Amino acid sequence: MEKRVRFKSAWLPWLLVAPQMAIVLVFFFWPAGQALYQSVLQEDAFGTSSEFVGLANFQRLFSDPAYLDSFKITALFSVLVAVIGISVALLLAVMANRVVRGAGFYKTLLIWPYAVAPVVAGVLWLMMFASPWGVVSYLLQAMGFQWNHLLNGTHAMALIVMAAVWKQISYNFLFFLAGLQSIPNAVIEAATIDGATPWRRFWTIVFPLLSPTTFFLLVMNVIYAFFDTFAIVDAATHGGPGKETSILVYKVYYDGFKAMDMGGSAAQSVVLMVIVIVLTVFQFRFVEKKVQY
Amino acid sequence: MPANTVRGPAPRTGVVPPRAAEGGRRVSDSGGCALIERRPVLDFVSHAVLILGVAVVAFPVYLALIASTQTATQIATAHPMSLLPGDNFINSYRLALFGGKVEGGGTIAAGWPMMWTSLVMALGIALGKIAISLLSAFALVYFRFPFRGLVFWMIFITLMLPVEVRIGPTYQVISDLKMLNSYAGLTVPLIASATATFLFRQFFLTVPDELAEAARIDGAGPMRFFKDILLPLSKTSMAALFVIQFIYGWNQYLWPLIVTTSEEMYPIVLGIKRAIFGEIYVEWNVVMATAILAMLPPALVVILMQKWFVKGLVDTEK
Repeated sequence: MEKRVRFKSAWLPWLLVAPQMAIVLVFFFWPAGQALYQSVLQEDAFGTSSEFVGLANFQRLFSDPAYLDSFKITALFSVLVAVIGISVALLLAVMANRVVRGAGFYKTLLIWPYAVAPVVAGVLWLMMFASPWGVVSYLLQAMGFQWNHLLNGTHAMALIVMAAVWKQISYNFLFFLAGLQSIPNAVIEAATIDGATPWRRFWTIVFPLLSPTTFFLLVMNVIYAFFDTFAIVDAATHGGPGKETSILVYKVYYDGFKAMDMGGSAAQSVVLMVIVIVLTVFQFRFVEKKVQY
Repeated sequence: MPANTVRGPAPRTGVVPPRAAEGGRRVSDSGGCALIERRPVLDFVSHAVLILGVAVVAFPVYLALIASTQTATQIATAHPMSLLPGDNFINSYRLALFGGKVEGGGTIAAGWPMMWTSLVMALGIALGKIAISLLSAFALVYFRFPFRGLVFWMIFITLMLPVEVRIGPTYQVISDLKMLNSYAGLTVPLIASATATFLFRQFFLTVPDELAEAARIDGAGPMRFFKDILLPLSKTSMAALFVIQFIYGWNQYLWPLIVTTSEEMYPIVLGIKRAIFGEIYVEWNVVMATAILAMLPPALVVILMQKWFVKGLVDTEK
């Protein structure tokens, strides 16, 4: 889309975009370029000289079992966060869309966790599962289930999944509610008159019509699980026990700032960049366009 | 939308006046009448599921509130911790806000300077993003200049370069520019925004051309048009964006973790982490009081500005 009416000036538009361009170049393009550059260099042990090593850093990365594990952990984590978060939010949105009384009340009470910082989410869930006084870990104990996220990797993963889903439900809920409210009533009414039960109406009409929203949320939740959950992991598990909840973003931070492996960290950055690019392209190319009826 | 259900003696399927659409909900497309269907069991289940959902969502925060009214010893020695408020409310929040010595022997850092840092950071990021995005969008929509397409794509590409994928080199840049431990370092690198620029661009494209034409005929220059016509029209978008970006700025964690090394420049979200891992003996009441303080401002923004929040969330993602 283009404007018919434009202003004429040789220098004003440049002045207007200058602040944004300056920040983009200095804080986005330059560091990203540096990451690409460093990813093909190898520093010697003292950091005094570096030599071009081609793709050796990437080879090292992908033959490192710890890195491959981190990939698997991140994949599992993002699938769990996306699937559980989307299912729970869809259920709540369908119910909130059904009830007439109190719909606004429920909505307000369900959307505010969006405002909670990930680190706070991590700390709140950590507290509930702290042993031996945490309320949930105590309940589990009373039922004969030994909870210990400090030693058991599965428990630690469950802990960060719960915290991450809890924080993301409001986001998913809002988009599903908007999606549900845009479905024309006439379609539902026709099906009701034809005698379709609510269950059948949901699976044959509502759910298919919601597929663009669901697909969009799937991509957004994967992006969220990959990139916005660093603080949850840092607060709740520190990537532990061992490295069992060390997701990719946690590992790139740890290797770069704690283990001081710049070449390896830069190569990891480049891999993450590729993942974001793929997800973003996916989102812009297919979401909201292809999946429609 | 599934059929609305209204209690009372209504036929199983039938048409009623739009009473069913109360509560601010959209009235049906079919001539202003909502089809209804009486399903009391499903009604009950809906409310039960929603109440359960609300309870699960609220429970962790309820526990945090309760924990912040007890003493650290009370929390850690009761199995499980008591679910009823204690009498240590004032003391916990005094420690969280102003710091001091605690029973365990450690020292708590004062929280209010961190709250201040968070506030400056959140406001700086939100207002900065709005300002530079308005200017860029104005240039992109109302001017034709060389490399306009390139500028557009460069802004777009920032979407694919979140902090998380360029941690190391970005730290070096901030360090080279001597911006570590400064408000500038905390805010400026985060105010570039593709989503905000595109939001304003989308909005400007819907502003009728006649307005710009009229302004030009009346002899108004581009900046006059921007200030007197475009800005007032953009108020709604600005408010919506402000809510989203304020929350974004307030909750930043990885960025301050990288660019601050001194505790004086910690935002409150880092203060929580410090309180929980800095000491041998965790003062859970103070940690929870700090967590409550940290979530209060953004939660208030969401609840008080709910309309703008929903608009901002939906608009920035489209």
